[in-house]
Amino acid sequence: MTAPTISDLAQTEQGTSLWQDAWLRLRRNRLALIGLIILILFIFIAAATPWIAPYGYAQQNLELGASPPSAAHWLGTDIFGRDLLTQIMFGGRISLAVGFIATAVALLIGITWGAVAGYMGGRLDAAMMRLVDIIYALPFMIFIILLMVIFGRNMLLLFLAIGAVEWLTMARIMRSQVQSLRQQEFVEAAVSLGLPTVTIIRRHLIPNALGPIIVYTTLTVPSVMLLEAFLSFLGLGVQPPETSWGLLISYGAESMEEYPWLLFFPGLALTLTLFSLNFLGDGLRDALDVRSAKD
Amino acid sequence: MWRFIGFRMLQAIPVLLVVITVTFFLIRLAPGGPFDSEKAVIPEVQAALEAQYRLNLTLFQQYASYLGDLSHGNLGPSFKYPGRSVNELIAAGFPVTAELAFYALLVALVIGGIAGVVASLKPNSVQDYIPMSVAMIGICMPSLLLGPILILIFGIYLDWLPVSGWNDSPGDKILPAVTLGSAYAAYIARLSRAGMLEVMSQDYIRTARAKGLPEWQVISRHALRGGMIPVIAFLGPAFAGLLSGSFVVETIFQIPGLGRFYVQAAFNRDYTMILGSTIFLATLIVFFNLLSDIVAAWMNPRLRDKLRAP
Amino acid sequence: MQFSVLKILCLVLTLTPMLACGGGESNVSQGNREGILHFGNGAEPQGLDPHVVTGIPESLIINALFEGLTVKNPYTLESESGVAQRWDISDDGMTITFHLNPQAKWSNGDPMTAEDYVWSWWRALNPAMGNQYGYMLYPLKNAEAFATGKIDDFSDVGVKAIDEHTLQVELNTPTPYFIQLMDHHSTFALHRPTIEKHGKATDRFTRWTREENIVSNGPFRLKSWQLNRRLSVEKSDTYWNRDKVQLNGIVFYPTENISSEERMFRVEQLHYTQTIPLEKIPVYRAMKDSPYANAPYLGTYYYLLNINKPPLDDLRVRQALSMAVDREKLNNTVLHGSNVPAFSITPPDTLGYQPPKVFSQNIEAAQELLAQAGYPNGQGWPGLELTYNTSESHLKIAVALQQMWKNALNIDITLANQEWKVYLDSVDQMNFQMARRGWIGDYVDPNNFLDLFLCDGGNNSTGFCDPVYDELIKRQAPQAISREERYALFNEAETRLMQQMPIIPIYTYTSNHLIHPSVKGLPPNLMDYINFRYIWLDKEQEAIE
Repeated sequence: MTAPTISDLAQTEQGTSLWQDAWLRLRRNRLALIGLIILILFIFIAAATPWIAPYGYAQQNLELGASPPSAAHWLGTDIFGRDLLTQIMFGGRISLAVGFIATAVALLIGITWGAVAGYMGGRLDAAMMRLVDIIYALPFMIFIILLMVIFGRNMLLLFLAIGAVEWLTMARIMRSQVQSLRQQEFVEAAVSLGLPTVTIIRRHLIPNALGPIIVYTTLTVPSVMLLEAFLSFLGLGVQPPETSWGLLISYGAESMEEYPWLLFFPGLALTLTLFSLNFLGDGLRDALDVRSAKD
Repeated sequence: MWRFIGFRMLQAIPVLLVVITVTFFLIRLAPGGPFDSEKAVIPEVQAALEAQYRLNLTLFQQYASYLGDLSHGNLGPSFKYPGRSVNELIAAGFPVTAELAFYALLVALVIGGIAGVVASLKPNSVQDYIPMSVAMIGICMPSLLLGPILILIFGIYLDWLPVSGWNDSPGDKILPAVTLGSAYAAYIARLSRAGMLEVMSQDYIRTARAKGLPEWQVISRHALRGGMIPVIAFLGPAFAGLLSGSFVVETIFQIPGLGRFYVQAAFNRDYTMILGSTIFLATLIVFFNLLSDIVAAWMNPRLRDKLRAP
Repeated sequence: MQFSVLKILCLVLTLTPMLACGGGESNVSQGNREGILHFGNGAEPQGLDPHVVTGIPESLIINALFEGLTVKNPYTLESESGVAQRWDISDDGMTITFHLNPQAKWSNGDPMTAEDYVWSWWRALNPAMGNQYGYMLYPLKNAEAFATGKIDDFSDVGVKAIDEHTLQVELNTPTPYFIQLMDHHSTFALHRPTIEKHGKATDRFTRWTREENIVSNGPFRLKSWQLNRRLSVEKSDTYWNRDKVQLNGIVFYPTENISSEERMFRVEQLHYTQTIPLEKIPVYRAMKDSPYANAPYLGTYYYLLNINKPPLDDLRVRQALSMAVDREKLNNTVLHGSNVPAFSITPPDTLGYQPPKVFSQNIEAAQELLAQAGYPNGQGWPGLELTYNTSESHLKIAVALQQMWKNALNIDITLANQEWKVYLDSVDQMNFQMARRGWIGDYVDPNNFLDLFLCDGGNNSTGFCDPVYDELIKRQAPQAISREERYALFNEAETRLMQQMPIIPIYTYTSNHLIHPSVKGLPPNLMDYINFRYIWLDKEQEAIE
């Protein structure tokens, strides 16, 4: 195995050049670039939705009801006669926000928790990981019901509830990565150089564990978006007439035989996002991977 | 090694105690009681119901008496299903859920494993993108969606497989297993691809190739063993996740498993059932996490040495 | 090693679908041949103790296993002989004498006696039992006092065994619907030795209802009960009227998921479904010989208004909200015409009673009322929250109404869905502004709907309290000599209620089922009542589609 040498570790400028290198490598990866462009496009559309949406998101036409795609409604309408394109655009605002923010929350807590537990080891590790076990085991449904009752409904809670379950696996993955990295020469070298623990974790352990973390993150975003739909359905999170991709998909699933477009288009939006994220994630990992870069 | 396991077993006791205690008090905080219904219950009836289930005692007396029963392995009577004990409900539902989770894991392993290995042989080519994309679809499709789609195609339009049931007719386990397993297939595909890529660049693979072994033998004899390590480490938590996450699939396919009981218990405020199944699942989760830690430790030579000589 | 496991797996997974192809005979055709009805029952029964259970799935199974003093004719809903061959009502309407059929037997062969009823009603009313439907027997003299612990001596309660086959009942006031109540499971007789063998008489959780223990008296008896899978009953050979029982058995399926239930019906795994997903209604309705059965049902869907909380403390706001709802449009679009718009709490034609219609849809008048209340064109509107329990159909209705109010009155309504028990708690504590509610009648009589809104009504939940209304319902109506006079009093009371508008009636329920064409003797009726004894399966009937 090749690992950064001690002289690399001592350089303070190393961070910048690493990121510049990575960006150069990423630009050469066509799929990753396409993914990045689609994601930026989606985020841009989401941000501009209030000004560019063809209809109002609550605007109903009950007599029209569910209608297939047409000139007036490019993606058709739902059972209330609301324009589906508008719904997807507004839904994207919520889904993208939830997907990215909740995942970021989960990442932040999970990575820190796992890295500290894995690095410190011993009693602290045992205590931290047993806490993870406990939260794993508590009945999630009751937890959600309680959150809702005690704090009422708001988006912040939604992020909290989702973050609270999604960080656990992240912490476990991070911990096992750090545990195996901990024994490697370059970390031991950093320790012997007397670098502070925080610096070692931040500089040497986390970047080297990024591969699996990126993979897991790209898988977390879609499951977070779908979890949001479930929580919204239970009453935590978005309430009608507001909507999200997850909600649109779960309503679409109920009438997939009668009104397939209600399932197809929101599903397409989610799938596109996921694939873009995925290719971008792979590209990022390859770009950041010092080892493969040297091949 | 045994010391490590023994130590972790000891740690499981306080974990379970905390889970029991927190759950016990948490569920009492949730509004609405087990006997609330749309039609108002007169106070005398309410009092009689509470007396029959010892809810008239103080919360701490209830807690103490619950722990007392628990130490005899008695999880108490169900509130929702009078005449059934929680032990009985778990005993009826768990084997079904475990079987379903087992098949789902097999499906995930087969689909995910094949996709991951095939993809890893020619990274960043069509042979990589197509299997990985197929595996990814599983994760875009919640069981709520995939289940009905599979039923419509294979159960109704093609009429090949039953649309519901469990052990009622041949083949009725296929669709539920595929539905539940496919979300995990994507994880396994990604993990095995990464694992294989790592292994394929190692010296012993080069040696094997140099010896003139055919490529398929290199893969099956040498590469798979190392490449599957991350997947094996993932199996423990995945199995635990499948056990507690089978509710939707059980509902869609009318499967008499524990998942349905567990989720309904929360909605019904069936206190004893929530507690009983939480304890049961918590034990399993602790067990599988321990198992996966042991396997991970065993696979990692440095950690293994450390475990041998602590 | 892993590779060989994988190989075997591949093999197994590719082979099994081939074995499964074909699937074999459907439940429906096999059932038609063997006389077995496959019945979608909605949920796993909580239990089978008639004095404990409360839900519809339980009551359906219990109606197959047990029989009351009377049963209903499913075509007319008139009471007819059950365990009681006939009954006499005294001239003052206060005493009823039931003459039990000497042929009536328990499933273990024991004869049924009047004493069984006295003991069973003691159990049903016993405060220690915690029977939530004990109030079904409250028309009995002193029954309420006994059930609430005010008297201890059951011999003061108005029920007596005159001899082995004669049961005499004394009532508080003339209660025309008492005979009807005799087919509610809370009034059923149970087999005393069986219950006492498995625990205390008033224990809720004994094993007496298990398949190996249960003794019942109905047209069917319990054959097997597999949790969350199916419950099977078979024709009883001790039932007095066994010659008239046409089915050999029934299999009840706990079909919680209504989409799954519909799919089971489609592949002929079920003869009958509890309900139908809304979006499937147009599909099934369009079929020739449609299996979709839609009939008026004795229940009302409405929104509770908390008249203690602003802005609903203003009558004009309540009226404006109610008058701005386009019930026809809601029903014809979102609900696919499956229900009936409602303008009162009592469903139309409840045993001949016609509720008053004190208002109708009128947007201009609603706008005017809202302006008078201080919110012209919605200006200054303080906001209003609509609470409903988590469910697809409640959500759809709420979303449609939200927009109707926005369009008609330019006011914002926020939606708040709550998990079922949280919602029940909110309604019970009156911790809401506007809340969804439904009420299904226990028996066919306007009284069952109107007594909801008595000042101390446990299900009132609106803050509505009118002493004149209470007087009409509690004192005057029971004393009325004729049905016409009684209904006139009810009409007067309901008019007072709707003028105060503590609720927004939305629609009258309908029952919605899918019924395979081979099922006969299962007519639609107002109670959605099923008498399994009447059902038979027509083997000749072609499959649907």
